[in-house]
Amino acid sequence: MSKRQLVLEDGTVFIGKGFGSDAIKYGEVIFNVNMTGYQEMITDPANFNQIIVSTYPVIGSYGINSDDSEAIEPSIGGLIVKEVNDYPSNFRSEESLSDYLKAYKIPGIHGIDTRQLIKVLRNKGTLKAAIAPMDLSVQEIVQKLKSQELKDNEVNLASIAKPYIIPGSGERIVVINLGMKQSLLKELTERDCHVTVVPYDYTAEQIMRFKPSGVIISNGPGSPFALEKTIQTIKKLIGQTAVLGISLGHQLLALANDLEVERTKYGNHNSGYPVKQIKSDVSYLTNQNTHYIVNRESVNESNLEVIYAGLNDHTVQGLILPNKKAMSVQFNPEGAPGTNEANFVFDDFLKIIKEN
Amino acid sequence: MPKNTMINKILVIGSGPIVIGQAAEFDYSGTQACQSLKEEGYSVVLANSNPATIMTDHTVADKVYMEPLTVKFLTKIIKKERPDALLATLGGQTGLNLAIELDKAGVLEQYNVKLLGSSLEAIQKAEDRELFRDLMDELNEPVPASDIVNNVESAVDFANEIGYPLIVRPAFTLGGTGGGMCDNEEELRIIVKNGLALSPANQCLIEKSIAGFKEIEYEVIRDSKDQAIAVCNMENIDPVGIHTGDAIVVAPSMTLTDSEYHMLRDVSLKIIRALKIEGGCNVQLALDPHSFQYYIIEVNPRVSRSSALASKATGYPIAKIAAKIAVGLTLDEIKNPMIETESAFFEPTLDYVVTKIPRFPFDKFLTGDRTLGTQMKATGEIMSIGRNFEESFLKGIRSLEIGNGDFYLNHVANEDTASLTHRLEKADDERIFVLGELLRRGMTEKEVYDITKIDPMFINKLNNIIQLELKLIDNKNDETLLRVAKENGFSDMQVARAWETTETEIYNTRVKLDLMPVFKEVDTSAGTTEATTPYYYSTYETHCEVTVTKTDKVLVLGSGPIRIGQGIEFDYATVHSVLALQEMGYEAIIMNNNPETVSTDFAMSDKLYFEPLSLEDVMHVINKEKPLGVIVQFGGQTAINLAEGLEERGVKILGTSLEAINRAEDRHQFEALLEELNLRRPVGKAVTKAEEAIKIASDIGYPVLVRPSYVIGGSRMEIVHEESELRTYIEKYPDINEGEPLLIDQYVTGIEVDVDGISDGVTTIVPGIMEHIERSGVHSGDSIAVYPPQRLNQDVKEELFETTDKIAKALNVIGLINIQFIIQGTEVYIIEVNPRASRTIPFLSKITSVTMANLATKCIMGETLSELGYKSGIIEEEEDVFVKIPVFSFEKLRSVDTTLGPEMKSTGEAIGYDKTLEKALYKGLIASGIEIPHEGSILLTVADKDKEEASYVAHRFHDLGFDLLATGGTAKFLAKKGLPVTEVAKIGVEEPNVLSVIKDSEVQFVINTLTSGTQPRSDGFRIRREAVEHATISLTNLDTAHAILNVIDLTTFSANPVKNKGVTRNDS
Repeated sequence: MSKRQLVLEDGTVFIGKGFGSDAIKYGEVIFNVNMTGYQEMITDPANFNQIIVSTYPVIGSYGINSDDSEAIEPSIGGLIVKEVNDYPSNFRSEESLSDYLKAYKIPGIHGIDTRQLIKVLRNKGTLKAAIAPMDLSVQEIVQKLKSQELKDNEVNLASIAKPYIIPGSGERIVVINLGMKQSLLKELTERDCHVTVVPYDYTAEQIMRFKPSGVIISNGPGSPFALEKTIQTIKKLIGQTAVLGISLGHQLLALANDLEVERTKYGNHNSGYPVKQIKSDVSYLTNQNTHYIVNRESVNESNLEVIYAGLNDHTVQGLILPNKKAMSVQFNPEGAPGTNEANFVFDDFLKIIKEN
Repeated sequence: MPKNTMINKILVIGSGPIVIGQAAEFDYSGTQACQSLKEEGYSVVLANSNPATIMTDHTVADKVYMEPLTVKFLTKIIKKERPDALLATLGGQTGLNLAIELDKAGVLEQYNVKLLGSSLEAIQKAEDRELFRDLMDELNEPVPASDIVNNVESAVDFANEIGYPLIVRPAFTLGGTGGGMCDNEEELRIIVKNGLALSPANQCLIEKSIAGFKEIEYEVIRDSKDQAIAVCNMENIDPVGIHTGDAIVVAPSMTLTDSEYHMLRDVSLKIIRALKIEGGCNVQLALDPHSFQYYIIEVNPRVSRSSALASKATGYPIAKIAAKIAVGLTLDEIKNPMIETESAFFEPTLDYVVTKIPRFPFDKFLTGDRTLGTQMKATGEIMSIGRNFEESFLKGIRSLEIGNGDFYLNHVANEDTASLTHRLEKADDERIFVLGELLRRGMTEKEVYDITKIDPMFINKLNNIIQLELKLIDNKNDETLLRVAKENGFSDMQVARAWETTETEIYNTRVKLDLMPVFKEVDTSAGTTEATTPYYYSTYETHCEVTVTKTDKVLVLGSGPIRIGQGIEFDYATVHSVLALQEMGYEAIIMNNNPETVSTDFAMSDKLYFEPLSLEDVMHVINKEKPLGVIVQFGGQTAINLAEGLEERGVKILGTSLEAINRAEDRHQFEALLEELNLRRPVGKAVTKAEEAIKIASDIGYPVLVRPSYVIGGSRMEIVHEESELRTYIEKYPDINEGEPLLIDQYVTGIEVDVDGISDGVTTIVPGIMEHIERSGVHSGDSIAVYPPQRLNQDVKEELFETTDKIAKALNVIGLINIQFIIQGTEVYIIEVNPRASRTIPFLSKITSVTMANLATKCIMGETLSELGYKSGIIEEEEDVFVKIPVFSFEKLRSVDTTLGPEMKSTGEAIGYDKTLEKALYKGLIASGIEIPHEGSILLTVADKDKEEASYVAHRFHDLGFDLLATGGTAKFLAKKGLPVTEVAKIGVEEPNVLSVIKDSEVQFVINTLTSGTQPRSDGFRIRREAVEHATISLTNLDTAHAILNVIDLTTFSANPVKNKGVTRNDS
């Protein structure tokens, strides 16, 4: 495809070549450091509308298959890579990355110095950007980026409209779908759970009608501050049933307990992020995909307990309520992409349910 | 968990001499381990018999024992040093095997030595095929159907059960020695018999072949808290069937989906956890390209060649971390050496593609069996980094220093398609060039896949390169296309071929267009965190990450991949040069591409450029850094060869000038120099035509020494005894006719001597003279060398010094100089002058305590020897005797003739030292892996010219109680001399014959001298090979035989009747 440009809101321009769709796309640029798992990343609803730059330079080598998507459709706004490989090879590969993105009208740009872009983002934090054709003036694009308020209804768009059930013979779990990945359900069904997935705006009353033994608040895109209704729901659920918050769900659980949540400079999009479990003093590599973090001091002043912390930065990575019935983790224990070595969090949660 | 304070002193076992399958990577890991332990405050005792290593420097460990790596000697060391603990997982297979043996012998228990890292149980479970299979069954992890056999018949039975093809793997051998693939019973019988003989446990694994599967490796680390990480995974481009050491490898894997990647990662972590290893471990897996089916191929419970590669590929120093874990520290509390604010508990993320390509010795061993299989054959490897596969791969190709740095070999291009297709099927060392050439000729990607089973993604990428090349040919001087070519890793050389112009022309065009690469960091975090000690690689993008400091800087060029003739010794010298520069306050910048070595440890220099050592790549670094100059004299022929091009492009060569190098290396200039100085050399001449060669040779008189003019390690050098042999030689190397001069020299027989000196232009010192046991004619790298010389008188030594001084001054040598002499009677002949670091630098530096590369570097940078406290002359000799014994890898190289001659064949060296020559030899021979039998039989089969001399050797063996066996002519000759000799039938006659007595281990020594030329299938050749395959000592040189006899003599007591002298009683 022909030349295209990536324009950042600070006016920086990268010129590369287009792939996927030739649509114009505006969104936030975030970087992702996973060396494998682009299909999972593209289809993770938590990445809704984000323009993602992959640090690993050659993307697309194993194509796209029907098994590895985390949602029915891809959710990213755009993809930036050093090189897109349009001749994939893998026994499950069904189409090339380019063709897949094209089918879903998602633009991509390749052939730019992605490492330079990473450095810009590292210094300036998350920036808005556009993948655009060459004939659009940079000035015009920057203007538009600056004036554009990013919508905060991502969860609305990434969630579902109606609840559905995945039958199982074990614990009855309700998942509040804020933009969850399929792998979360896989972890639950592997543990024989009877799962009911509900939309993000389901009320506590509606949820409790399912008589869940536990409720999981999933990860999802966007800002936790935009989800006041869900926060109220969580407040009501706490005490009635066991609760597990994951990533965005973790931040919402914190807000429901009057803790402070902050937006970080450039988010954390990494499937190998080291986290230490406080009680065992053992560390695990975890999948992270979020912009927000719970403020440590606000936890210290509360009666919640930190059960996981960032190994290097000591950030709050997991919380438990004093009644021990609600817990949350900043990471995605189901991995995908990346390791699911911290998936014992689900076992811990089921244990909490049993002890209730 | 805090470190173990119950232990203070730790014994570290190194890996000994370098052989194929166990090379420089263990110097890197061993050095890191020792430093890492010292950092933690432990006292480190090191045992390693390899003097060419950095790890045996006295600064690396608290005490260094360069003694043979045997239970006997290690027990002595343990007894003397009383270490609290033993770390054996960093010394390769040698280290592990010794740990097992020391335990079996009860030594560890007796002296209360705790084994660190992997437990003996873990080692056994990973190494013993049966225990390993049991463990995998227990873990419910699949291994290919296999059986352990102790004899050939059970192997055949098993094969009949599961069918062919099969893989045979002997237990406990290095780099899969003796293993192989077989398609039928006949092949199976041969390989198993051989494998059983080579396996110390007399055990072979017969395994169902899964050739064609993807081969994937994981480097994993676990600590005492059961925390475990996968530092890196690697994907072999060559599918299962080719030894991973011989495969082209990329890191990270490129064709695995996230679920495949993590499935295999989880398996690897499961295995290291099951083995309870505290440290590093390598897991090799095979993955079906058409399903999720995988098999575990092998587990190495120690650091390995792959872990060295993974360390360099990621910036995560596995050995260093593994050593800290071994003493009880855990990953979460160890710092990431690259990013100080983070812990070592993480998995590096790469934003580049790493390629490893093996370097094979078949440019030396022209007649060797070049087919690749389960037996590793590469002597070294290179690593290259790029931002796409094409760039990474092509940078790797030019790092190999094969041909001229182009993805193209003349002789491959000249071969017909049918023959190339056949070679592609068989897979030999040049396969990737063959593959490239076939794509060039229009073979489809599908066809290549059907033949090679290389993943289509890689074939497609290789075809991208070829298609781009073809496009370049069609679009000469297209500047846009030139940029595309450079972004895809094309060398100027390759573009020049396409555009039918010169490398310099392309370079100049690029200068004009400002088409230059930028440098990116290797930082473990893909640019997302600031690294404190990153290293650099070039790529054609927009943003350069190198910060050039204001400090005066010097660029030191490394020596590239390890090959025969250019080994780890040059890395040793390179590292010492860097250290000296740092001592002097310069910023020391190093450029090298060998992932196995200490020089490419990012902590070693101020800045490391992990780059090909080609002219254009060196120029890129120079243009960026603008160093005071470049030091080329430590990087072997690799660096020396770059000097001319660099000077042409205006770069200052520091130290001895290019002109001096040329005067020493160019035949005519060298002759003129010696004439001018009135020094003697064997008469000889350079010729460029076959007929001229014949004439000159007969003028000089046979035997003559023949070789091409520019050589590494005596490459293609032969002693030729008659005209017909000379004609064969010329036919064998037709490229000599293409303008490359051929040197023909008188062959002077005498004592060969190596002199290494350092000069600042005024003062010249000679730290030591080394005398060779074998007379002239054997390459200096293959001879046993003795320090101090035993057969030279003071006058000769003086003359050697005077000559060295004279030549150093005449050439204005600033730095190192090595001269090889032959002493015939009292006459001193000069055979070679090398105004650069030689192979003997580390050996001499260690035994004389003169840090030669350090002093040389200081001279190069303008200090004088007198300022440094030295006066001209030979440094006072040490009292002890030191010997350097060459070590060969013949058992790994089928069809390579073991005869020693002017062409170097050894891959490594061992040291032996003691109070007397015999004791030193005894230790050195043991250290080199020769177990000297004190009784048994000896088989002699020697050329007519050697019969008289051989009879003395036979006599001595007889006196020591050995039985003599000999073939026809030799037997008659010995019988005539009155020796009791049993004649054995020659080859082809019904058994027992000369081969069967070797095969059936009826003889302990074989002495065979070269009968005629280098015709590979001669009887002598088959006898020598038979001896190698059956691990029988084979001597091709009578001087070596005498030396060994002296050792046997000293260590045995022969029974002799009392000589008839009468009895004198001393009554007084």
